Amino acid sequence: MATLHPKLSEERSQTVVSSTKSVKLKIKRSNPNVNSDQQFDDFVVPIEKWTTVLDALLDVKSHLDHSVGIRYSCRQASCGSCGMKINGKPGLACFTKISELNSDTITVEPMDNYPVVRDLAVNMDRMISNHKKVMPYVIREDSEIDAESGIREFLQSPENVDKYIQFSSCIKCGLCNSACPTMAMDKTFVGPQALAQAYRYIADSRDKGKNKRLKVIDESHGIWRCHFAGSCSQVCPKGVDPAMGIQLLRGYLLGIRD
Amino acid sequence: MERETGAREGLKGWLNPGKIGKFGIERLAWLLMRLTGLGLLAYFIGHIYETSHILDGKAVWDKSLEMTQTTEGHLFLALVIGMCVFHTGNGIRLMIAQMGYGIGKTERPDYPYKPQSINMKGKACIYATLGMAALAMWYGMAVMFA
Ligand code: HEM
Ligand code: SF4
Ligand code: FES
Repeated sequence: MATLHPKLSEERSQTVVSSTKSVKLKIKRSNPNVNSDQQFDDFVVPIEKWTTVLDALLDVKSHLDHSVGIRYSCRQASCGSCGMKINGKPGLACFTKISELNSDTITVEPMDNYPVVRDLAVNMDRMISNHKKVMPYVIREDSEIDAESGIREFLQSPENVDKYIQFSSCIKCGLCNSACPTMAMDKTFVGPQALAQAYRYIADSRDKGKNKRLKVIDESHGIWRCHFAGSCSQVCPKGVDPAMGIQLLRGYLLGIRD
Repeated sequence: MERETGAREGLKGWLNPGKIGKFGIERLAWLLMRLTGLGLLAYFIGHIYETSHILDGKAVWDKSLEMTQTTEGHLFLALVIGMCVFHTGNGIRLMIAQMGYGIGKTERPDYPYKPQSINMKGKACIYATLGMAALAMWYGMAVMFA
Protein backbone atom coordinates (compact mmCIF):
# COMPACT_ATOMS: atom_id res chain seq x y z
CA MET A 1 0.00 0.00 0.00
CA ALA A 2 2.63 2.45 1.07
CA THR A 3 4.46 2.08 -2.22
CA LEU A 4 1.28 2.46 -4.21
CA HIS A 5 0.30 5.66 -2.47
CA PRO A 6 3.46 7.27 -1.17
CA LYS A 7 1.92 10.73 -1.19
CA LEU A 8 -1.03 9.68 0.91
CA SER A 9 1.04 7.91 3.54
CA GLU A 10 3.40 10.85 3.69
CA GLU A 11 0.52 13.18 4.18
CA ARG A 12 -0.92 11.06 6.96
CA SER A 13 2.32 10.83 8.87
CA GLN A 14 2.77 14.57 8.58
CA THR A 15 -0.64 15.44 9.94
CA VAL A 16 0.03 16.92 13.34
CA VAL A 17 -2.67 16.24 15.85
CA SER A 18 -2.12 19.08 18.23
CA SER A 19 -5.39 19.73 19.96
CA THR A 20 -4.72 22.00 22.86
CA LYS A 21 -8.39 22.44 23.63
CA SER A 22 -11.08 20.04 24.59
CA VAL A 23 -14.75 20.32 25.42
CA LYS A 24 -17.22 18.30 27.39
CA LEU A 25 -19.80 16.72 25.13
CA LYS A 26 -23.00 15.83 26.95
CA ILE A 27 -25.05 13.39 24.92
CA LYS A 28 -28.64 12.60 25.77
CA ARG A 29 -29.13 8.86 25.65
CA SER A 30 -32.37 6.92 25.47
CA ASN A 31 -33.79 3.85 23.85
CA PRO A 32 -37.59 3.94 23.86
CA ASN A 33 -37.69 0.44 22.39
CA VAL A 34 -36.27 -0.92 25.62
CA ASN A 35 -37.47 1.40 28.38
CA SER A 36 -38.27 5.03 29.12
CA ASP A 37 -34.93 5.82 30.83
CA GLN A 38 -33.14 8.96 29.73
CA GLN A 39 -29.70 10.07 30.79
CA PHE A 40 -26.83 12.31 29.79
CA ASP A 41 -23.46 10.72 29.14
CA ASP A 42 -20.45 13.03 29.33
CA PHE A 43 -17.38 12.71 27.12
CA VAL A 44 -14.30 14.88 26.87
CA VAL A 45 -13.26 15.35 23.25
CA PRO A 46 -10.33 17.25 21.74
CA ILE A 47 -11.30 20.02 19.34
CA GLU A 48 -9.71 22.18 16.69
CA LYS A 49 -11.02 25.42 15.24
CA TRP A 50 -12.74 23.46 12.52
CA THR A 51 -14.19 20.62 14.58
CA THR A 52 -17.92 20.29 14.04
CA VAL A 53 -20.39 18.79 16.48
CA LEU A 54 -20.63 15.80 14.12
CA ASP A 55 -16.82 15.39 14.14
CA ALA A 56 -16.91 15.37 17.94
CA LEU A 57 -19.71 12.81 17.99
CA LEU A 58 -17.84 10.59 15.56
CA ASP A 59 -14.76 10.97 17.74
CA VAL A 60 -16.80 9.67 20.67
CA LYS A 61 -18.10 6.81 18.55
CA SER A 62 -14.62 5.82 17.36
CA HIS A 63 -12.75 6.09 20.63
CA LEU A 64 -15.03 6.29 23.64
CA ASP A 65 -18.44 4.72 23.10
CA HIS A 66 -19.38 3.22 19.77
CA SER A 67 -22.98 2.65 20.85
CA VAL A 68 -24.03 6.33 20.58
CA GLY A 69 -26.94 6.42 18.15
CA ILE A 70 -26.75 9.17 15.51
CA ARG A 71 -27.87 9.57 11.93
CA TYR A 72 -25.66 11.30 9.39
CA SER A 73 -24.45 10.89 5.86
CA CYS A 74 -23.08 13.75 3.78
CA ARG A 75 -21.19 15.70 6.46
CA GLN A 76 -21.76 18.85 4.42
CA ALA A 77 -25.26 20.14 5.14
CA SER A 78 -26.73 18.47 2.09
CA CYS A 79 -28.49 15.30 3.15
CA GLY A 80 -30.44 16.68 6.09
CA SER A 81 -29.94 13.69 8.38
CA CYS A 82 -27.89 15.08 11.27
CA GLY A 83 -30.40 17.50 12.80
CA MET A 84 -30.31 17.64 16.58
CA LYS A 85 -30.64 20.05 19.48
CA ILE A 86 -27.26 21.60 20.14
CA ASN A 87 -27.03 23.65 23.34
CA GLY A 88 -30.79 23.97 23.28
CA LYS A 89 -31.18 25.12 19.67
CA PRO A 90 -31.94 22.91 16.69
CA GLY A 91 -29.04 22.72 14.24
CA LEU A 92 -27.19 20.43 11.84
CA ALA A 93 -24.36 18.67 13.69
CA CYS A 94 -22.21 18.75 10.57
CA PHE A 95 -22.82 22.46 9.99
CA THR A 96 -22.19 23.66 13.55
CA LYS A 97 -18.60 24.35 14.51
CA ILE A 98 -17.86 23.86 18.18
CA SER A 99 -15.56 26.89 18.20
CA GLU A 100 -18.51 29.04 17.19
CA LEU A 101 -20.64 27.89 20.11
CA ASN A 102 -18.41 29.71 22.62
CA SER A 103 -18.97 27.13 25.30
CA ASP A 104 -16.86 24.54 27.08
CA THR A 105 -19.82 22.23 27.43
CA ILE A 106 -21.77 21.12 24.39
CA THR A 107 -25.10 19.48 25.08
CA VAL A 108 -26.63 17.44 22.28
CA GLU A 109 -30.16 16.12 22.43
CA PRO A 110 -32.54 14.66 19.88
CA MET A 111 -34.74 17.20 18.06
CA ASP A 112 -37.94 18.18 19.86
CA ASN A 113 -41.31 17.26 18.38
CA TYR A 114 -40.14 13.98 16.83
CA PRO A 115 -40.35 10.50 18.34
CA VAL A 116 -36.88 9.29 19.35
CA VAL A 117 -35.60 6.15 17.64
CA ARG A 118 -32.49 5.95 19.80
CA ASP A 119 -30.22 8.57 21.38
CA LEU A 120 -29.93 11.39 18.83
CA ALA A 121 -31.75 9.73 15.94
CA VAL A 122 -35.41 10.62 15.55
CA ASN A 123 -38.26 9.25 13.49
CA MET A 124 -39.12 11.66 10.68
CA ASP A 125 -42.03 9.72 9.16
CA ARG A 126 -44.60 12.36 10.00
CA MET A 127 -42.62 15.17 8.38
CA ILE A 128 -42.05 13.10 5.25
CA SER A 129 -45.71 12.19 4.99
CA ASN A 130 -46.73 15.86 5.40
CA HIS A 131 -44.16 16.74 2.76
CA LYS A 132 -45.77 14.23 0.39
CA LYS A 133 -49.24 15.50 1.26
CA VAL A 134 -48.55 18.91 -0.31
CA MET A 135 -47.59 17.20 -3.60
CA PRO A 136 -43.97 18.36 -3.90
CA TYR A 137 -43.69 18.10 -7.68
CA VAL A 138 -44.76 20.13 -10.69
CA ILE A 139 -48.35 19.28 -11.53
CA ARG A 140 -49.68 19.79 -15.04
CA GLU A 141 -51.58 17.90 -17.72
CA ASP A 142 -49.05 18.11 -20.53
CA SER A 143 -45.51 16.86 -20.44
CA GLU A 144 -42.08 17.98 -21.56
CA ILE A 145 -42.02 14.95 -23.81
CA ASP A 146 -44.40 15.72 -26.62
CA ALA A 147 -45.58 13.06 -29.09
CA GLU A 148 -45.43 15.39 -32.09
CA SER A 149 -42.51 17.72 -31.48
CA GLY A 150 -40.37 15.42 -29.34
CA ILE A 151 -38.81 17.01 -26.29
CA ARG A 152 -39.55 20.62 -25.44
CA GLU A 153 -38.96 22.76 -22.41
CA PHE A 154 -41.29 24.61 -20.12
CA LEU A 155 -39.63 27.99 -20.28
CA GLN A 156 -39.12 30.16 -17.26
CA SER A 157 -37.62 33.62 -16.85
CA PRO A 158 -34.98 34.31 -14.18
CA GLU A 159 -37.64 36.40 -12.39
CA ASN A 160 -39.94 33.34 -12.34
CA VAL A 161 -37.13 31.26 -10.86
CA ASP A 162 -36.39 33.84 -8.15
CA LYS A 163 -39.93 33.43 -6.85
CA TYR A 164 -39.36 29.89 -5.62
CA ILE A 165 -35.66 29.03 -5.82
CA GLN A 166 -34.89 29.67 -2.14
CA PHE A 167 -37.60 27.23 -1.10
CA SER A 168 -36.16 24.53 -3.32
CA SER A 169 -33.02 24.51 -1.15
CA CYS A 170 -34.89 22.58 1.53
CA ILE A 171 -32.95 19.45 2.56
CA LYS A 172 -35.78 18.03 4.73
CA CYS A 173 -33.67 18.16 7.85
CA GLY A 174 -36.75 18.94 9.91
CA LEU A 175 -35.08 21.55 12.11
CA CYS A 176 -37.86 24.02 11.35
CA ASN A 177 -40.54 21.64 12.60
CA SER A 178 -38.61 21.03 15.80
CA ALA A 179 -38.27 24.79 16.49
CA CYS A 180 -41.93 25.58 15.78
CA PRO A 181 -44.06 26.34 18.87
CA THR A 182 -47.23 25.14 17.15
CA MET A 183 -45.57 21.79 16.49
CA ALA A 184 -44.82 21.62 20.24
CA MET A 185 -48.51 21.26 21.02
CA ASP A 186 -50.19 20.04 17.85
CA LYS A 187 -49.02 16.71 16.49
CA THR A 188 -51.30 17.03 13.49
CA PHE A 189 -50.02 20.45 12.34
CA VAL A 190 -48.74 20.17 8.78
CA GLY A 191 -45.60 22.11 9.79
CA PRO A 192 -43.32 24.78 8.31
CA GLN A 193 -41.34 22.30 6.20
CA ALA A 194 -44.37 21.13 4.22
CA LEU A 195 -45.95 24.58 4.03
CA ALA A 196 -42.76 26.07 2.60
CA GLN A 197 -42.78 23.30 -0.02
CA ALA A 198 -46.42 23.99 -0.86
CA TYR A 199 -45.37 27.57 -1.58
CA ARG A 200 -42.32 26.42 -3.56
CA TYR A 201 -44.47 24.57 -6.10
CA ILE A 202 -47.40 26.99 -6.20
CA ALA A 203 -45.00 29.87 -6.92
CA ASP A 204 -43.40 27.88 -9.77
CA SER A 205 -44.71 29.28 -13.07
CA ARG A 206 -44.66 25.77 -14.63
CA ASP A 207 -46.99 24.38 -12.01
CA LYS A 208 -50.75 24.12 -12.35
CA GLY A 209 -51.51 22.40 -9.04
CA LYS A 210 -52.27 25.49 -6.96
CA ASN A 211 -55.88 24.71 -6.12
CA LYS A 212 -55.15 21.10 -5.21
CA ARG A 213 -52.41 22.15 -2.81
CA LEU A 214 -54.36 25.02 -1.28
CA LYS A 215 -57.12 22.55 -0.49
CA VAL A 216 -54.66 20.38 1.43
CA ILE A 217 -53.31 23.19 3.59
CA ASP A 218 -56.55 25.14 4.11
CA GLU A 219 -57.83 22.96 6.91
CA SER A 220 -57.99 23.10 10.68
CA HIS A 221 -54.47 21.79 11.29
CA GLY A 222 -53.09 23.47 8.21
CA ILE A 223 -51.67 26.88 7.43
CA TRP A 224 -53.85 28.85 9.87
CA ARG A 225 -52.07 27.27 12.84
CA CYS A 226 -48.99 29.32 11.95
CA HIS A 227 -48.76 32.45 14.12
CA PHE A 228 -45.49 33.71 12.68
CA ALA A 229 -43.23 33.10 15.67
CA GLY A 230 -40.48 32.92 13.05
CA SER A 231 -38.50 30.22 14.88
CA CYS A 232 -38.48 27.95 11.81
CA SER A 233 -36.62 30.59 9.82
CA GLN A 234 -34.20 31.24 12.70
CA VAL A 235 -32.95 27.64 12.55
CA CYS A 236 -33.16 26.75 8.85
CA PRO A 237 -29.59 25.99 7.74
CA LYS A 238 -30.28 26.55 4.03
CA GLY A 239 -31.89 29.99 3.91
CA VAL A 240 -35.26 28.58 2.97
CA ASP A 241 -37.03 31.02 5.33
CA PRO A 242 -40.15 28.88 5.71
CA ALA A 243 -41.91 31.66 7.68
CA MET A 244 -41.72 33.90 4.62
CA GLY A 245 -43.09 31.14 2.41
CA ILE A 246 -46.01 30.55 4.76
CA GLN A 247 -47.02 34.22 4.91
CA LEU A 248 -46.77 34.47 1.11
CA LEU A 249 -48.82 31.30 0.83
CA ARG A 250 -51.54 32.86 2.99
CA GLY A 251 -51.85 35.57 0.34
CA TYR A 252 -53.36 33.05 -2.12
CA LEU A 253 -55.98 32.03 0.42
CA LEU A 254 -56.70 35.62 1.47
CA GLY A 255 -57.16 36.64 -2.16
CA ILE A 256 -54.21 39.05 -2.14
CA ARG A 257 -52.14 36.99 -4.58
CA ASP A 258 -53.15 34.87 -7.54
CA MET B 1 -47.21 0.21 18.64
CA GLU B 2 -46.28 3.64 17.38
CA ARG B 3 -43.36 5.10 19.27
CA GLU B 4 -44.27 8.58 20.44
CA THR B 5 -41.53 9.43 22.96
CA GLY B 6 -40.83 13.14 22.75
CA ALA B 7 -43.04 13.49 19.71
CA ARG B 8 -44.39 16.72 21.12
CA GLU B 9 -42.51 19.02 23.37
CA GLY B 10 -45.71 20.16 25.08
CA LEU B 11 -46.23 23.34 27.10
CA LYS B 12 -42.50 23.54 27.82
CA GLY B 13 -42.09 24.44 24.17
CA TRP B 14 -44.26 27.48 24.75
CA LEU B 15 -43.36 28.72 28.19
CA ASN B 16 -39.69 27.83 28.66
CA PRO B 17 -37.98 31.25 28.79
CA GLY B 18 -34.85 29.65 27.35
CA LYS B 19 -36.67 29.48 24.01
CA ILE B 20 -36.77 33.26 23.81
CA GLY B 21 -33.02 33.42 24.25
CA LYS B 22 -32.58 30.90 21.44
CA PHE B 23 -35.25 32.10 19.03
CA GLY B 24 -35.25 35.85 19.59
CA ILE B 25 -37.66 38.68 20.23
CA GLU B 26 -40.15 37.32 17.67
CA ARG B 27 -40.64 34.28 19.88
CA LEU B 28 -41.27 36.56 22.88
CA ALA B 29 -43.83 38.51 20.85
CA TRP B 30 -45.48 35.23 19.91
CA LEU B 31 -45.71 34.15 23.54
CA LEU B 32 -46.94 37.56 24.76
CA MET B 33 -49.55 37.65 21.98
CA ARG B 34 -50.93 34.38 23.22
CA LEU B 35 -50.80 35.30 26.92
CA THR B 36 -52.31 38.77 26.36
CA GLY B 37 -54.99 37.31 24.09
CA LEU B 38 -56.00 34.83 26.79
CA GLY B 39 -55.66 37.50 29.50
CA LEU B 40 -57.92 39.87 27.55
CA LEU B 41 -60.41 37.09 26.96
CA ALA B 42 -60.52 36.37 30.70
CA TYR B 43 -60.83 40.10 31.41
CA PHE B 44 -63.60 40.44 28.82
CA ILE B 45 -65.64 37.66 30.44
CA GLY B 46 -65.04 39.13 33.91
CA HIS B 47 -65.92 42.56 32.60
CA ILE B 48 -69.29 41.37 31.27
CA TYR B 49 -69.97 39.74 34.64
CA GLU B 50 -68.98 42.88 36.52
CA THR B 51 -71.04 45.25 34.38
CA SER B 52 -74.03 42.89 34.54
CA HIS B 53 -74.38 44.10 38.14
CA ILE B 54 -76.03 47.20 36.75
CA LEU B 55 -79.21 45.11 36.63
CA ASP B 56 -79.08 44.62 40.40
CA GLY B 57 -79.53 48.25 41.35
CA LYS B 58 -77.31 51.19 42.24
CA ALA B 59 -75.95 49.84 45.53
CA VAL B 60 -74.62 46.62 43.99
CA TRP B 61 -73.27 48.51 41.00
CA ASP B 62 -71.37 50.99 43.16
CA LYS B 63 -69.99 48.18 45.25
CA SER B 64 -68.71 46.29 42.25
CA LEU B 65 -67.01 49.43 40.95
CA GLU B 66 -65.17 49.71 44.24
CA MET B 67 -63.43 46.38 43.60
CA THR B 68 -60.87 48.12 41.40
CA GLN B 69 -60.46 51.17 43.63
CA THR B 70 -57.71 49.49 45.63
CA THR B 71 -53.96 49.40 45.02
CA GLU B 72 -54.20 45.82 43.73
CA GLY B 73 -57.16 46.84 41.59
CA HIS B 74 -55.18 49.69 40.08
CA LEU B 75 -52.23 47.44 39.35
CA PHE B 76 -54.57 44.92 37.77
CA LEU B 77 -56.12 47.59 35.54
CA ALA B 78 -52.63 48.81 34.60
CA LEU B 79 -51.86 45.27 33.49
CA VAL B 80 -55.04 45.18 31.42
CA ILE B 81 -54.01 48.46 29.76
CA GLY B 82 -50.60 47.00 28.96
CA MET B 83 -52.14 43.81 27.58
CA CYS B 84 -54.54 45.81 25.40
CA VAL B 85 -51.84 48.00 23.90
CA PHE B 86 -49.40 45.17 23.28
CA HIS B 87 -52.06 42.85 21.84
CA THR B 88 -53.45 45.51 19.51
CA GLY B 89 -50.07 46.80 18.34
CA ASN B 90 -48.61 43.35 17.81
CA GLY B 91 -51.87 42.18 16.23
CA ILE B 92 -51.55 44.91 13.61
CA ARG B 93 -47.92 43.93 12.93
CA LEU B 94 -48.98 40.31 12.53
CA MET B 95 -51.86 41.11 10.20
CA ILE B 96 -49.56 43.13 7.95
CA ALA B 97 -46.84 40.44 7.98
CA GLN B 98 -49.32 37.63 7.47
CA MET B 99 -50.63 39.37 4.38
CA GLY B 100 -47.09 39.17 3.05
CA TYR B 101 -45.90 42.75 3.60
CA GLY B 102 -42.61 43.67 5.25
CA ILE B 103 -41.23 40.15 5.18
CA GLY B 104 -38.68 40.61 2.41
CA LYS B 105 -38.49 39.38 -1.17
CA THR B 106 -37.81 35.88 -2.40
CA GLU B 107 -34.35 35.52 -3.92
CA ARG B 108 -31.48 33.10 -4.39
CA PRO B 109 -30.20 32.38 -0.88
CA ASP B 110 -26.58 33.07 -0.13
CA TYR B 111 -24.42 32.07 2.82
CA PRO B 112 -24.78 32.91 5.72
CA TYR B 113 -28.49 32.62 4.87
CA LYS B 114 -30.07 35.38 6.90
CA PRO B 115 -33.83 34.84 6.83
CA GLN B 116 -35.46 37.93 5.35
CA SER B 117 -38.76 37.51 7.17
CA ILE B 118 -36.94 38.02 10.48
CA ASN B 119 -35.84 41.59 9.93
CA MET B 120 -35.23 44.93 11.60
CA LYS B 121 -38.63 46.29 10.58
CA GLY B 122 -40.40 43.53 12.50
CA LYS B 123 -38.06 43.81 15.48
CA ALA B 124 -38.51 47.60 15.61
CA CYS B 125 -42.29 47.14 15.59
CA ILE B 126 -42.09 44.68 18.49
CA TYR B 127 -39.85 46.96 20.56
CA ALA B 128 -42.06 49.96 19.77
CA THR B 129 -45.16 48.01 20.80
CA LEU B 130 -43.53 46.94 24.05
CA GLY B 131 -42.51 50.56 24.66
CA MET B 132 -46.02 51.84 23.95
CA ALA B 133 -47.51 49.24 26.29
CA ALA B 134 -45.11 50.31 29.06
CA LEU B 135 -45.89 53.97 28.41
CA ALA B 136 -49.65 53.37 28.52
CA MET B 137 -49.30 51.41 31.76
CA TRP B 138 -47.24 54.20 33.26
CA TYR B 139 -49.76 56.84 32.18
CA GLY B 140 -52.66 54.76 33.47
CA MET B 141 -51.00 54.33 36.82
CA ALA B 142 -50.21 58.04 37.00
CA VAL B 143 -53.93 58.77 36.53
CA MET B 144 -55.19 56.02 38.84
CA PHE B 145 -52.78 56.69 41.66
CA ALA B 146 -53.06 60.50 41.37
C1 HEM C 1 -58.05 45.99 18.34
C2 HEM C 1 -57.85 45.00 19.13
C3 HEM C 1 -57.31 43.66 18.71
C4 HEM C 1 -56.56 43.32 17.63
C5 HEM C 1 -56.01 44.19 16.51
C6 HEM C 1 -56.32 41.88 17.73
C7 HEM C 1 -55.60 41.15 16.83
C8 HEM C 1 -55.33 39.81 16.95
C9 HEM C 1 -54.64 39.01 15.99
C10 HEM C 1 -54.12 39.49 14.65
C11 HEM C 1 -54.55 37.76 16.48
C12 HEM C 1 -53.90 36.55 15.79
C13 HEM C 1 -52.47 36.53 16.14
C14 HEM C 1 -51.75 35.39 15.52
O1 HEM C 1 -51.84 35.12 14.33
O2 HEM C 1 -51.00 34.77 16.26
C15 HEM C 1 -55.19 37.75 17.77
C16 HEM C 1 -55.25 36.64 18.61
C17 HEM C 1 -56.01 36.57 19.75
N1 HEM C 1 -56.77 37.61 20.29
FE1 HEM C 1 -56.83 39.51 19.62
N2 HEM C 1 -56.94 41.39 18.85
C18 HEM C 1 -57.56 42.45 19.48
C19 HEM C 1 -58.31 42.40 20.64
C20 HEM C 1 -58.56 41.26 21.36
C21 HEM C 1 -59.43 41.20 22.53
C22 HEM C 1 -60.21 42.38 23.09
C23 HEM C 1 -59.41 39.92 22.97
C24 HEM C 1 -60.12 39.27 24.12
C25 HEM C 1 -61.38 39.42 24.35
C26 HEM C 1 -58.52 39.17 22.10
C27 HEM C 1 -58.23 37.83 22.25
C28 HEM C 1 -57.40 37.14 21.42
C29 HEM C 1 -57.01 35.75 21.62
C30 HEM C 1 -57.46 34.83 22.74
C31 HEM C 1 -56.15 35.42 20.58
C32 HEM C 1 -55.46 34.06 20.35
C33 HEM C 1 -54.04 34.20 20.77
C34 HEM C 1 -53.15 33.23 20.06
O3 HEM C 1 -53.61 32.37 19.30
O4 HEM C 1 -51.92 33.33 20.26
N3 HEM C 1 -58.04 40.01 21.13
N4 HEM C 1 -55.66 39.00 18.05
S1 SF4 D 1 -37.13 24.40 5.51
FE1 SF4 D 1 -34.99 24.54 6.25
S2 SF4 D 1 -35.09 23.77 8.39
FE2 SF4 D 1 -36.97 23.11 7.37
S3 SF4 D 1 -36.56 21.03 6.60
FE3 SF4 D 1 -36.10 22.45 4.93
S4 SF4 D 1 -33.90 22.92 5.13
FE4 SF4 D 1 -34.54 22.00 7.08
S1 FES E 1 -24.62 14.84 7.66
FE1 FES E 1 -25.82 15.47 5.93
S2 FES E 1 -26.71 17.30 6.65
FE2 FES E 1 -25.35 16.82 8.27
